[in-house]
Amino acid sequence: MNLKPQTLEKIEKLIPRYPTKRSASLPICHLVQEDQGYISQEAMEWIAAKLGLEPINIYEIVTFYPMLREKPIGRRHIKVCRTLSCALNGSYEVKKLLEKALIGEGHGSSNADYTIEFVECIASCGTAPVVQVDEVLHEGIKPDRVCKFADQIRQETEQMKTSVSKL
Amino acid sequence: MSIPERRILLKNADQPGYSNHIDSYLGVGGYEMLRKAVGMTPEAIREEVKTSGVRGRGGAGFPAGMKWGFLDFKSGKPIYLICNADESEPGTFKDRQLIHKDPHQLVEGMMIAAFAIRAKLAFIYIRGEMFDGAKILERAIEEARAKNLLGENILGSGYSCDLIVHRGAGAYICGEETGLIESIEGKRPYPRIKPPYFPAVLGLYQSPTIVNNVETLCNVPHILRMGGAEYAKIGTPGNTGTRIWSVSGQVQRPGYYEFPCGGLTLGQMIFDVCGGLGPGRKLKAVIPGGSSSKVLRAGERFSGKLKDGSAFDWGLEDIPLDFDGPASAGSMSGSGAIIVIDDTVDIVEALANLNAFYAHESCGQCTPCREGSLWMKKITTRMCHGEAREQDVDLLQSISLQISGRTICAHGEACAWPTESFTKKFRDEFIAKARNQNKHADTNAKVSYSLI
Repeated sequence: MNLKPQTLEKIEKLIPRYPTKRSASLPICHLVQEDQGYISQEAMEWIAAKLGLEPINIYEIVTFYPMLREKPIGRRHIKVCRTLSCALNGSYEVKKLLEKALIGEGHGSSNADYTIEFVECIASCGTAPVVQVDEVLHEGIKPDRVCKFADQIRQETEQMKTSVSKL
Repeated sequence: MSIPERRILLKNADQPGYSNHIDSYLGVGGYEMLRKAVGMTPEAIREEVKTSGVRGRGGAGFPAGMKWGFLDFKSGKPIYLICNADESEPGTFKDRQLIHKDPHQLVEGMMIAAFAIRAKLAFIYIRGEMFDGAKILERAIEEARAKNLLGENILGSGYSCDLIVHRGAGAYICGEETGLIESIEGKRPYPRIKPPYFPAVLGLYQSPTIVNNVETLCNVPHILRMGGAEYAKIGTPGNTGTRIWSVSGQVQRPGYYEFPCGGLTLGQMIFDVCGGLGPGRKLKAVIPGGSSSKVLRAGERFSGKLKDGSAFDWGLEDIPLDFDGPASAGSMSGSGAIIVIDDTVDIVEALANLNAFYAHESCGQCTPCREGSLWMKKITTRMCHGEAREQDVDLLQSISLQISGRTICAHGEACAWPTESFTKKFRDEFIAKARNQNKHADTNAKVSYSLI
């Protein structure tokens, strides 16, 4: 396991806060996923050993929670709310338009730069439709705003790529 | 003319210049009630909350004071307090406002509640997707800790309690309190069977535990400030305090609105406060208390007797917005989430959308819910993709009636009630969907769908 020193430090601080070590398993999964982009089998074994658990104890939660993943995804994670209030305001159309703008028609919903998914209700129904890009919630993304919105995401992504290549 | 709100919980939230930092909260008298609380006995605080009659704002509407009263104080085990901030009932977005805009109100409410139930440790279980919310709460906790408002020896009282923000990871079932407890324990969030696992007796780590919703806990400082008896004067008997209603769907002004319980009707909320429907649109249906609550059809009449014995005869617009009003109309006020559907919507598609949600969120523990929710999703999705059959409506009805009451937790009811009520009240539209498709079967007419 090649976790960043900051991640390791956070993990060490986290464990003693809980009455039992096992309670730290979900928060550690979050930290490892933020660090690595996903939770590999090696990572699950590492977390289990860290907490004195069997690997299955970590595997069973990684496979249960929708936010945890076993495979890497695109650089940007775009989640379009699918549930009723957003759907009534056009979220199915929004997802289609985002895929078309960022990935290209007929090329699915994921590539190296973008992973576009539906997500169930993210509790912002009053400003529907909503789209969460990585950690940031964007409100009121109606179909007629998607074009501009996609441009903005594309610009951000290009900037991210340039700043990474400079390092 | 718009009916004025009465903001108690959201009083400061949207004020110009008010931020979610501790200085803003202290500037409006924040944490004074915690100061008062640590000078009181825990019993006296619990009594005030009981007198206030405040009912749980998460969905079930159970009196919070009574819930606290079930705590086993004699077990010798530590007591835990958990704030349920796993806001995920479709249509609900009130806790998000309380967390983002006034997090210290929640922290104060929690520390008073923790002191009142002698909690050893407290948790806020927040939705995984609310990255900002979790960061705001973490910061609020550190600000409060620096001022000795939580942590060791709070305000010199000798009472200590820490507060941990625990993030979920996208599972609706974690909103069920025993599923949430399993999740904090680091397991799959499978709800526990009750009895024996009533949290107040056998909760987190098999210890006495109280799980309250964000909005419920935010009420606690106000109850202490006004006194339980004075608080109970807001709203109507048995429906005390204000509620934050989340209104979404097809209204002109969706949003969150705080009113005294019973202070207005569903019709006033939709047509007055929220500005009615879009131009030329007519009301078709309302889901009054989060997507699990039974749908109400425009034009329906509701009659019967209220709790106090008086007779009522309401149209949809006349239903009072409190806990008991929607319940008397055969539905529930649930989490206070009102979803408005207009006449442009295909009702089968609306149900298919909700069924996809429940099929995705069933934890899989109980067969009727796991299989039933998926089966109902498959049928309604098929109906929207040009393969509707006239007998589907009866099949859906029959499946839905075989789930509720046969599962460990209320997700069984939650997934069954939409199908049960949609197929009962919109039977004609389900049948029409099949007939219209059959009519066009030979022309291979293009099927339009936008909600599934």
